[in-house]
Amino acid sequence: MKAKFLVPLALFLVLAGFLGYGLQLNPREVPSPLVDKPAPQFRLATLAAADTALGVADMRGEVWLLNVWASWCVSCREEHPVLMELARDKVVPLVGLNYKDTRPEAIAWLEAHGDPYTASVVDADGRVGIDYGVYGVPETFLIDRQGVIRYKHIGPVTREAVRDVLLPKIAELSRAS
Amino acid sequence: MRASSFRHLLPSAVSAALFTLILAVAPPQAFAADEAAPLVTDPQLEERVMDLSHKLRCLVCQNQSIAESNAPLALDLRNQVREQLAAGKSEEAVVDYLVARYGDFVLYLPPFKGTTLLLWLGPALLLVAGAGWLGWRLRRRAEEVRSAPHLTRDERARARALLDGTSPGTSPSSEEPRS
Amino acid sequence: MIPELGHFSLILALVLALVQAIVPMIGASRNRIALMAVGRPAAQGQFLAIAFAFGCLTWAFVTSDFSLQLAAVNSHTDTPLIYKITGVWGNHEGSLLLWALSLSLWTVAVTVFSRNLPDAFMARVLGVLGWISAGFLSFTLVTSNPFDRLLPAVAQGRDLNPLLQDAGMIIHPPLLYMGYVGFSVAFAFAIAALLSGRMDAAWARWSRPWTTVAWVFLTAGIAVGSGWAYYELGWGGWWFWDPVENASFMPWLLGTALIHSLAVTEKRGAFRSWTILLAISAFSLSLLGTFLVRSGVITSVHAFATDPRRGLFILALLVVVIGVSLTLFAWRAPKLSGGGSFGLVSRDATLLGNNVLLAVATGSVLLGTLYPLFLDALNLGKISVGPPYFEAVFVPLMTPVVVLMVLGPFVRWKGDGLGRVLRPLLPVMVASIAIGLGVAFAVGHVTVRTVLGLVLASWVLLGSAQLLASRFAERRGASAAAVLRGIPAAWWGMWLAHAGIGIFIIGATMAGSLHERLDVKMQPGQTAQLAGYTFTFRGVADAPGPNYDAARATIDVARSGIPVATLQPEKRFYVAQQMPMTEASIDIGPFRDVYVNLGDRLDDGSWVVGLFYKPFISWVWLGCLLMAVGGVFAASDRRYRRLAEREVPAGAARRTT
Repeated sequence: MKAKFLVPLALFLVLAGFLGYGLQLNPREVPSPLVDKPAPQFRLATLAAADTALGVADMRGEVWLLNVWASWCVSCREEHPVLMELARDKVVPLVGLNYKDTRPEAIAWLEAHGDPYTASVVDADGRVGIDYGVYGVPETFLIDRQGVIRYKHIGPVTREAVRDVLLPKIAELSRAS
Repeated sequence: MRASSFRHLLPSAVSAALFTLILAVAPPQAFAADEAAPLVTDPQLEERVMDLSHKLRCLVCQNQSIAESNAPLALDLRNQVREQLAAGKSEEAVVDYLVARYGDFVLYLPPFKGTTLLLWLGPALLLVAGAGWLGWRLRRRAEEVRSAPHLTRDERARARALLDGTSPGTSPSSEEPRS
Repeated sequence: MIPELGHFSLILALVLALVQAIVPMIGASRNRIALMAVGRPAAQGQFLAIAFAFGCLTWAFVTSDFSLQLAAVNSHTDTPLIYKITGVWGNHEGSLLLWALSLSLWTVAVTVFSRNLPDAFMARVLGVLGWISAGFLSFTLVTSNPFDRLLPAVAQGRDLNPLLQDAGMIIHPPLLYMGYVGFSVAFAFAIAALLSGRMDAAWARWSRPWTTVAWVFLTAGIAVGSGWAYYELGWGGWWFWDPVENASFMPWLLGTALIHSLAVTEKRGAFRSWTILLAISAFSLSLLGTFLVRSGVITSVHAFATDPRRGLFILALLVVVIGVSLTLFAWRAPKLSGGGSFGLVSRDATLLGNNVLLAVATGSVLLGTLYPLFLDALNLGKISVGPPYFEAVFVPLMTPVVVLMVLGPFVRWKGDGLGRVLRPLLPVMVASIAIGLGVAFAVGHVTVRTVLGLVLASWVLLGSAQLLASRFAERRGASAAAVLRGIPAAWWGMWLAHAGIGIFIIGATMAGSLHERLDVKMQPGQTAQLAGYTFTFRGVADAPGPNYDAARATIDVARSGIPVATLQPEKRFYVAQQMPMTEASIDIGPFRDVYVNLGDRLDDGSWVVGLFYKPFISWVWLGCLLMAVGGVFAASDRRYRRLAEREVPAGAARRTT
């Protein structure tokens, strides 16, 4: 008889538990449905030379990173030193997807800050970006030897993210044949 | 790091340029000299585009549909919707296309599936629970009325006065609590 | 110096709030009049202290004191004076201070207008309000001090968000907060009732006017906010089911239920535990709304900049306030039962039915608002729940509410005959269906939603007319003036508010079904046609404002060659915030709005112009206005004042005033 009067309290406590847990979550980080799916195909002109093209197919057999960047993107500067370190250590090939940028500005940006990329390809109209579900720059995809997306990092890549997530995952994927 | 400092809107110049590009590729039509040209050449298509866009969430915005937002990504997605509908794709195909890339998050109308079962059935469950409780209360009350002694003429008059709200009457608080 | 005075004053307010929270409570439990009497001066002193702090903050904004962090971020020397003032609450810290100010204002109002409450009851009410105030003041002081200095001071401020530089924003937050916070009074009365064991009709009668007034503020606040969205966001939408909108709508729905269940508790002594639970829940949802807006757990257009520390603090506050009150409820409410009995066909039953439906609707909105959070917390993926979901769920749930709402006033308390009730309503029912279908066909928009909306609106309006007519029929022989005079204000309040719902439904249905939109590229001299109106583009001129640059278009609107209006939409660029804004221009009419916005300038020199035709849209706000006015009538009923005086139990010391 008396138990029914406890129902509102119980419901509220459950709700409060969720709200408390919700405080630790980032409501704006949207996980990609593309993880564990084949990376969407593209074949785009490289930034270095408009007449040479590079595509997902060319990277087959390698574990590699696809980093979405742009010269207008402020946070890309934040992750840039981390990418430079990755490139220096020659961990995996790092392909840049130059997203909705202009060629001169992108080239100038790389000249000014250094070019960590094995190659950058040009996605001027953002179409490939849509295929990859890009909604904010920078974003980074880890792709395995079979061309399957294994991980997506949203936002600037940090040293912690490299050490704790990317490198272990890369090691694991490289071991797998 | 919950504040999303890394979300950046594209410079509006880029979006304006894209927008103009879309306009430029639209086939020119003849209009009377003083009649303003509509922004879109196919109003019916545009209505479908906007209807669908209202149901799709702009991912970079705080909480707006891609129809309402003018963020560059919203413009891009709206253009995708327009292009694909114009190419003869159905609304469902366009939705599938976007869900495959951005996940269920883009849908303002969540799909009916395992994880959204409670969302979709919740209101109905609440209604059934509420109606059940209501029915139980009413029946119990109705029984009390039947078993209750009839009102005297005087009580009836007082009740009527109460109903009309013209007389303050006595406070019902004096009633005996029932269990 | 002045900000330090404000800060000090705020600390003083916290001390007074703690005094108000503790001393009268002890007095009430030990029956010591002297201790109970401390509540009143403490509450009034607290109000003065918060008002002074608020004044200090306003002063810093008005004088552009950019050594104050808040002013530097939210104001600018070029900001027009009125927006310097509203900038005070156009941010998290300042709006919290507004929250505290309105709570203390309500508290002072209770000390002034409810003098006739028994001392112990008043002491507990003030004690509860004191605890809430102490919680919010410490939240402000600990996590969100509005008086933080910025040293060294900056030369120029960053200006207020242009979206907030608008007439609607001047009154929307104060109204909304007065509504939100006003439910704290009903809450405090409920807690005091639980503590004292006095949960009778007198208690219901004391809380009723307070609840109604808070509901009036909330109604007006929500309406103004939606009006602001309508013209400020530039495309004429007026309700978006955004989580923060829902956060204000849920207390409104439950507050509506509370007003009606208080009526039953007052008249019939029934539903007592339910009414108490509603009073607790309505305020709890207000607090939940505060949490949602300020914690960042959900994304919303209206959310403030977020900080998890703040979220944690409010959550703790939430758990203490709601947790303690629901525990108290679980402990004390089982002792409540009974009240007058009633039959299946009775006003009691229709009101209980509506209460349940309103609670279910509230629960559904809550479910939809928080479901993405639930899924995310359980790691089951990210989804969005938006307008299509809420419309699909809310409309079917509210339809029976609207049907019952008309029925209710025809039914007698306790028990009635179904035949007697339906006799005057059958013609109304038939006419509503005929009108609904007829109008839908006449306007050529026969969809389920349009027909349903029109039938329901006719049902409410014709039902209201019939209700008035039956009032006359009951007193055949009396002169019309005598009948009208004999109707109490509370009845008029109910009648107006119900009719307001009908008006609102017409607005929402017609504007939703029959709106028209055309986007055109216009060169000076060109015309465009929409819904029988001719729009002639006269050109664009510079129209710089105090803190923005603007291009202002001039568009003549005519119908059948007769000029209707000259509209001047603007495209503004706010310099300090580097933010473009569109200012729509609207010709408001009783049966339609003509709405124009100005888009981008294209390379060929033409301008993108958005033309909108919105039939009956102002009825949406007219309906809300009627509801609010109805609430004012209901709260002003003489009964409350007369009865409040009579209700003082014999022997209880009446305070001399």
